[in-house]
Amino acid sequence: MSDNRGRGTGENSGSAPYDFGGAWQPSEIEIARRIARKKRNRKNGFIAAFSSLLVLGTLLVVLVTSPGWITLRDTFFKWAYGFEVLPKIILGFGTNATLTLIAGTSVALLGLLIALIRTSRSPALTPFRFLATIYVDVFRGIPMLLVILLVGFGIPALQLKGVTNNVLILGTIAVIITYSAYVAEVIRSGILTVHPSQRAAARSLGLSHIQTLRHVVLPQALKRVTPPLLNDLVALIKDTGLISILGVTDAIRAAQIQTAKSFNYTPYVMAALVFLAVTIPLTRMTDRMLRNSLERQNAQGQA
Amino acid sequence: MNESGMSAPVLRVEKLRKSFGDEIVLQDITFSVPEHTATVFIGASGSGKSTLLRCINLLEQVDDGVIKLDGADISAADVNPDEVRKKLGMVFQAFNLFPHMTVLENIILAPTKVQGIGQEEAIAEAFKLLERFGLRDKADQYPDRLSGGQQQRVAIIRSLARHPRLLLLDEITSALDPVLVNEVLSTVRELKGEGMTMVLATHEMGFAKQVANEVCFLHHGKILEWGPPEELLESPKLSETREFIRRVHEAGRL
Repeated sequence: MSDNRGRGTGENSGSAPYDFGGAWQPSEIEIARRIARKKRNRKNGFIAAFSSLLVLGTLLVVLVTSPGWITLRDTFFKWAYGFEVLPKIILGFGTNATLTLIAGTSVALLGLLIALIRTSRSPALTPFRFLATIYVDVFRGIPMLLVILLVGFGIPALQLKGVTNNVLILGTIAVIITYSAYVAEVIRSGILTVHPSQRAAARSLGLSHIQTLRHVVLPQALKRVTPPLLNDLVALIKDTGLISILGVTDAIRAAQIQTAKSFNYTPYVMAALVFLAVTIPLTRMTDRMLRNSLERQNAQGQA
Repeated sequence: MNESGMSAPVLRVEKLRKSFGDEIVLQDITFSVPEHTATVFIGASGSGKSTLLRCINLLEQVDDGVIKLDGADISAADVNPDEVRKKLGMVFQAFNLFPHMTVLENIILAPTKVQGIGQEEAIAEAFKLLERFGLRDKADQYPDRLSGGQQQRVAIIRSLARHPRLLLLDEITSALDPVLVNEVLSTVRELKGEGMTMVLATHEMGFAKQVANEVCFLHHGKILEWGPPEELLESPKLSETREFIRRVHEAGRL
């Protein structure tokens, strides 16, 4: 098929129209193009490696040659001592992890409930909508530390019968109260971004309001807000440390106790590493899950 | 080859090949589009029409072959796709208007941000185009508020505002109901009358007959048969082409 101006059929080209099995050899133009692309990729890789080496190397040199480096290294990066206290910090982190699991689950449920109430249109739910709005306004606006202090010291002060004085439980409740307000707003914004036509399509298939939410709106909404929700989860893991102010021994408190004994700050660095060891894999995992689900859903090819 | 005496074609595709994994989508595709002409690709869904247009617009990387725009190889490895796309207009089956912008903002986005034309000048030009295609009163509306036909005409105007050298139209009426199809097609006919060079993929045989200078029948990724619209559509030589045209007839789309 040299040129198709005029009239013709593919049968002139000599090969049968359905001949797709034959071995295909890239043309010289394509081979040259591939070589050029490979060359460009190699060049880009070289530039990336060079600039990384330059920037990181400079930072390292600045750090190591600074006058206080030796002192800093001995007070913050005394690894032998760090590993000695690591078990205690990990034990303390158990509190953070448990708290995250309990608070995370509760926050997810409570946040979802509040988001659903706030986006509902049923007239019967009007008072709840009103209360949910006030709840979000109030607890999103108060610093979490204050909520922890108010709940942790305020509720025992009421001396109510049957109400716990356990600071761990009270601290967890304070965290749940605050985070639910944030998460509710994230989920609500996700629900609002689902196009009305999706709801119309679901309702016209005969799905009830609840079924529409459950099978059509929420799956899309939650997928969209997964990155900010993960953001909140990572923040939650870290903020569970705040209840140490009530006297709970978590990873931060455990590190603080060790630091007070030795006047060496390495336990803090170890505690930071323990947090990172959990949060970084979590972030990567969710990133990958999200990417895979988008790839499956969207048409192939991108600009 | 009846280009003697004419300038080089606006678009020239030679032995183009494209596959997704093991699936060969396009093979041995060769054709030219001289200036002020329209080449129409017909063929069943999945025959590779859309992929071909996406290859020309450099949205897909070809496996082999050459694509030339005004004689310059745009499939070369060192080509900057952004520079190429400045000369191309593309209209999609699903309109792909930006839902968060008004009609006017959709139209002036590329002229102001890519071509560096002043806001006022771009707006004046946009209004001129909107006026011409009877959409002046929709300028401040958001796309979601318009009918499908109006949205598609806005999408056409959006690509026209950049003064493309070549317009690629990818089944632009497939998502529209028959009444709205006409308003979009008459817009395209008008562009053709003004000498716009175009490559189209379509299922509208009647329309193909009206605007095409050449029709190519794409079948399983190959151009099986080609020729002037009257000849190809009325007396196809190959049984595959006949079969396809007969099926389209049956669907009542002629």
